[in-house]
Amino acid sequence: MSKFDRFTLTGIVMLVLLIIAPFVVAQTGWHGGLPLLTRIVIYALAVVSLDLIIGYGALVSFGHAMFFSVGGYVVAVLAYHTNMGDTIFGWEGTNSALVLWPLALLACALLGLVIGYLALKTRGVQFIMITLAFAQMVYFILVSLQFYGGDDGLMMDMRNTMPGIDLDDPFAFYYLALGLLVLWVLFCRFIVNSRFGMVFQGLRQSERRAVNLGVNPLPFRLAAFVISAVGTGLAGVLWANYAEFVTPDMATWAKSGEFMAIVTLGGLGTLLGPIAGAAAFIGLEQILTIWTEHWMIVMGPILVLIALFGQQGMLGRFLKGGRHD
Amino acid sequence: MTDGAAIKTGEAVLALDHLHKAFGALKVTDDVTLDVRSGEIHALIGPNGAGKSTLIAQICGELRSDSGRVHFKGRDLTDLSAFKRARLGLGRSFQTTQLCLEFSVLEHVILSLDCMEGGSFNLFANPRNDAALREEAVHWIGKAGLAGRENRQVANLAHGERRQLELAVALARKPHVLVLDEPMAGMGAEESARMVDLLQELKGEYPMLLVEHDMDAVFTLADRVSVLVYGRIIFTGTVDEVRQDAEVRSAYLGDETC
Ligand SMILES: Nc1ncnc2c1ncn2[C@@H]1O[C@H](COP(=O)(O)OP(=O)(O)OP(=O)(O)O)[C@@H](O)[C@H]1O
Ligand SMILES: [Mg+2]
Repeated sequence: MSKFDRFTLTGIVMLVLLIIAPFVVAQTGWHGGLPLLTRIVIYALAVVSLDLIIGYGALVSFGHAMFFSVGGYVVAVLAYHTNMGDTIFGWEGTNSALVLWPLALLACALLGLVIGYLALKTRGVQFIMITLAFAQMVYFILVSLQFYGGDDGLMMDMRNTMPGIDLDDPFAFYYLALGLLVLWVLFCRFIVNSRFGMVFQGLRQSERRAVNLGVNPLPFRLAAFVISAVGTGLAGVLWANYAEFVTPDMATWAKSGEFMAIVTLGGLGTLLGPIAGAAAFIGLEQILTIWTEHWMIVMGPILVLIALFGQQGMLGRFLKGGRHD
Repeated sequence: MTDGAAIKTGEAVLALDHLHKAFGALKVTDDVTLDVRSGEIHALIGPNGAGKSTLIAQICGELRSDSGRVHFKGRDLTDLSAFKRARLGLGRSFQTTQLCLEFSVLEHVILSLDCMEGGSFNLFANPRNDAALREEAVHWIGKAGLAGRENRQVANLAHGERRQLELAVALARKPHVLVLDEPMAGMGAEESARMVDLLQELKGEYPMLLVEHDMDAVFTLADRVSVLVYGRIIFTGTVDEVRQDAEVRSAYLGDETC
């Protein structure tokens, strides 16, 4: 089971790097370092979730930014009303993460359930297009919410509160995000290796075979889609708290495309590859934006080259290798 | 095969009742009535494009029939979807193998066993670590003649071995009937002979509907033979009757190199 070993090994190396990284950047005195690391970890949460369905289920969602935005908006909107002293359907509201975050994830799960159910009636390119179309709908709805800033988005006065952890402390916030990422990756790893995961992957490899083994494809794919939506929603929740700001940009097709690009860049169907992809993508973005405003002109060709020549992404070959005789 | 034994030999397990299917103006299945009885191998032969694979798709629920009914163990399957039919014990192989190439042989058979009731939504238990499942999977892998190949990735199997795996995957589910679409297709003489031996061993245990072009294999294995030409069954009878029937010879055996 050398595949297991490689996964564990890579996971531990990544975890150690992510744990010590804040200390290293603190040594350099660079103030942008910790925010950069925090963005990487938040993005990682989203792309690991997307990899779960693209890499293991070939469900190429081009609309996952909608869950990212909905996670963020639920938290920001509820916090906004709470801080205005409004009541929300008779409830006086709260700023507690322990209440708001689960609510945001629930919203993402429900949205994922409805959109997944409709989108999974289609396959292949049609599935890509329909997920994109739903995400565009979410985008336009957010833009039209004038009350919540419309195009300009909505500021949060402060981060949510959590007992025992000061979310305003950038270090504490980073390590909380990292902790959630670790838990989420472990959860996804369990799913992939589980009885459910075996059927889900079987459906990708040969749907005809799976169906003739008695599998009804829809419930399996829908469950995975919803789980993926929740993970991406959690990334959105963290992003809202990190930036203390949500905008409809969180739901653009460009954001969905970024997520897909990162998954491919890191290595489809490896869970850990996309984390490396997130680090590379956001690191490069940081460097290139210092250099030129049109950073996508450079990033685009890099992605194309990786897609053409490194078909397995950064870690795909390593993580998927050494298996079977 | 406890259930299979309960049905007394000779009783129809699978019965097709006046099935029709047309693709536009092309009648691919034209009033097909036939049955597969317990203990028997019923061979279905016919020239290329006769509609054999289409008929199997109708039996297994991949294609909806225009009219007619499919009965299985006394139950009317006609309105059931493919996955429900599979759960009832309809085992099959495909003309072009349909397998999950990334799994190992062992994993694939474990998957098959774990899907008997339609698959589990358990997100934590790893079926690969289930000793009972592994043991049972190993048993069926051996039964299909693949002992020692458990850890090989399906993509790395030889063509003949993939066919054997299709059989293992089907057998693991203790099917009440096996519907096999050209299990010897594309095999070399040696592989082919091995498959014939294997099917011979399974004969009696599982009723089979066997679509096959290789007439030697058909004559060796089958109890009864039906001949399908342009979607119509033009003849059903015992192996000896087929050998003698003039119409069959001219319609089918004549242009076969057997
Ligand atoms: N989905 C489809 N749409 C239109 N025509 C089809 C379809 N599927 C099969 N056909 C046609 O139906 C006829 C029967 O095809 P089928 O595959 O059932 O034949 P077969 O007896 O299995 O042949 P072979 O021995 O080559 O496997 C062929 O003429 C084929 O072209
Ligand atoms: Mg055919």
